[in-house]
Amino acid sequence: MIEARHLHKRFGAITAVQDVSLTAGDGRITGLLGPNGAGKSTTLRMLYTVLQPDSGDAFIDGISTAERSLDARRRMGVLPHGAGVYPHLTARENIQYFGALHGLDRSDCEQRAAQMIELLEMADFADRQAKGFSQGQRLKTALARALVHGPQNILLDEPTNGLDVMAVRNLRALLLKLKATGRCILFSSHVMQEVSAVCDEVVVIAAGKVVACGTPEELRARAGTADLEEAFVRFLESAGRD
Amino acid sequence: MRSVLIVLRKELRENLRDRRTLVSALLFGTVLMPLLVAVLVNLTVHRTQEQDNKSVTLAVVHGERAPNLLAYLRQYRIDVLASDLDDAAARAAVHRQRFHMVLWIPDNYASQLSAGMPAPILLYSDSSDAAAGNDLGRVRAVLGQYGFGIARLRLMARGVDPTVLSAIAVQDIDVATPTSRSVLILGTLTAIILMTMLMGGLHIVLDATAGERERGSLEPLLTTPVRREQLIYGKILAACVFMLISLSLSVCVMALALRHAGLDRLGMNQNMSVATVLKMIASCAPLAPLGASLMTIVAAFTRSYREAQTYVGLILALPTFPLIFAGALGLQPTAWLMMVPALSQHFMLMGLLRAEPVAAWYVALSVSVTLLLGVLAALAAGRLYHREKLLG
Repeated sequence: MIEARHLHKRFGAITAVQDVSLTAGDGRITGLLGPNGAGKSTTLRMLYTVLQPDSGDAFIDGISTAERSLDARRRMGVLPHGAGVYPHLTARENIQYFGALHGLDRSDCEQRAAQMIELLEMADFADRQAKGFSQGQRLKTALARALVHGPQNILLDEPTNGLDVMAVRNLRALLLKLKATGRCILFSSHVMQEVSAVCDEVVVIAAGKVVACGTPEELRARAGTADLEEAFVRFLESAGRD
Repeated sequence: MRSVLIVLRKELRENLRDRRTLVSALLFGTVLMPLLVAVLVNLTVHRTQEQDNKSVTLAVVHGERAPNLLAYLRQYRIDVLASDLDDAAARAAVHRQRFHMVLWIPDNYASQLSAGMPAPILLYSDSSDAAAGNDLGRVRAVLGQYGFGIARLRLMARGVDPTVLSAIAVQDIDVATPTSRSVLILGTLTAIILMTMLMGGLHIVLDATAGERERGSLEPLLTTPVRREQLIYGKILAACVFMLISLSLSVCVMALALRHAGLDRLGMNQNMSVATVLKMIASCAPLAPLGASLMTIVAAFTRSYREAQTYVGLILALPTFPLIFAGALGLQPTAWLMMVPALSQHFMLMGLLRAEPVAAWYVALSVSVTLLLGVLAALAAGRLYHREKLLG
């Protein structure tokens, strides 16, 4: 369970995030939807503790990210935007390195890495050095690395960027699988269809503020249109008028 | 501590597979630099040896006009080469360095000499010709001696004591020993050893900081439940390991190269025993944490890998500054100077190379101060990596 309460973040004169509150529940997929530069990444970065909010709190399974950031991190698996892997390590070594940093002992590391390789169907490139990997292979490695410690909460920042149709489908299937095991999944995207395809809950964010949230059905109803994309555009337009 | 070791192990494993790290850590330091130095030292040794007994060649035009002078020159191992150049040809020959010097005897030489008047001789040389400098000095001195000898004889013939010519008696006492002459070479050697060591860690620092950020692997790393400073300490340690490998290899290769260089003439510890080599390595090793931490600190302020490469590279030149001062001011080890990183390592290396080791408590002072500064710099680096700007 991920909770953000009144998060604020400024970079110099620019206010990136303004009073953002949201809740992502267990066993659900929550989408953070917004145009480029809306503050999605900044919000996620505050949640996964690489940025400190100027004010407001965030809680991971009830643990404050400000007061007990290491404990909060232990409960999260994070795929940042454009996550890179170590080119001179194999996919398996990349995964095991993060397992070790998460405190798994050697045999756990090996076992969990093997499970991830199977889950993400990485067997054919798992023991190759990552320098020649395709975008999809890199993403799978980064994803396996984020999930190696079996985190309850999974945060993904624009995970489908640059992926082909098949890879997006596989990722969607994986998210649904994880959801079925009761995990809390929060991911950001600027693509409407992606969000509507898998999300139980959508938080629409524009210019650093939450402009709407609810299930896709609720959003459609509130915007008075049957088309979710149309609803999205209307929310953005109404946010722009304020 | 466990996390530090995990990071250390990963950085070592990854960088041992990276050709760029290996080239900067191993190849550059161990092959190129010592070879360069060995060549340099060899040349210098041979040059100083040869200078004292080498004969000088002097082209002489119209030598038949001054047979006594030529005989005198030959006595002082100046080989006279008869030549028939005219004025312009003599200038051209010297200018084109066909000859370093040409001596021209005018036709009134003999008549002036017998009349007791100053007898003219012309010496063509090129002051911009550095290679001729020593030879020219010798020829001038011999010519002066010859003239002075004749003057003494003339005074004696007139019943005057020739000592009246010597109002001042300058006595040259040259205390240059082979050892002091080699100071410059030794200074260069220590600078190269220190630079090679820092070079060994350069790439791994760049890769672990700016490289990691540029690849996008820094942010995921920061989401692991490990304190940022521990990640940094692991990376600094990894850089230290590479620096020590690089240091050990370069000192060993250098010792092997120096063994063949005839170093007793330069006042170096000719044996270069295993113990000396180990002591040299141990003298420099405490500088590694300081070097690696400073590089990491500099890298924290850069925005890209290329920028980091430029600025972190400057750290390589840092240890040479104290050495330049030491050379220019002729500094000797003192307690204060033994607290200056790089300089104290330089003194210890000099001592070992010259078989005149510095006092034990100076060594202890150097090691402890250098290590302490290294720890402080590492702590500072750890703090810097808490900055949010780090993510770029």
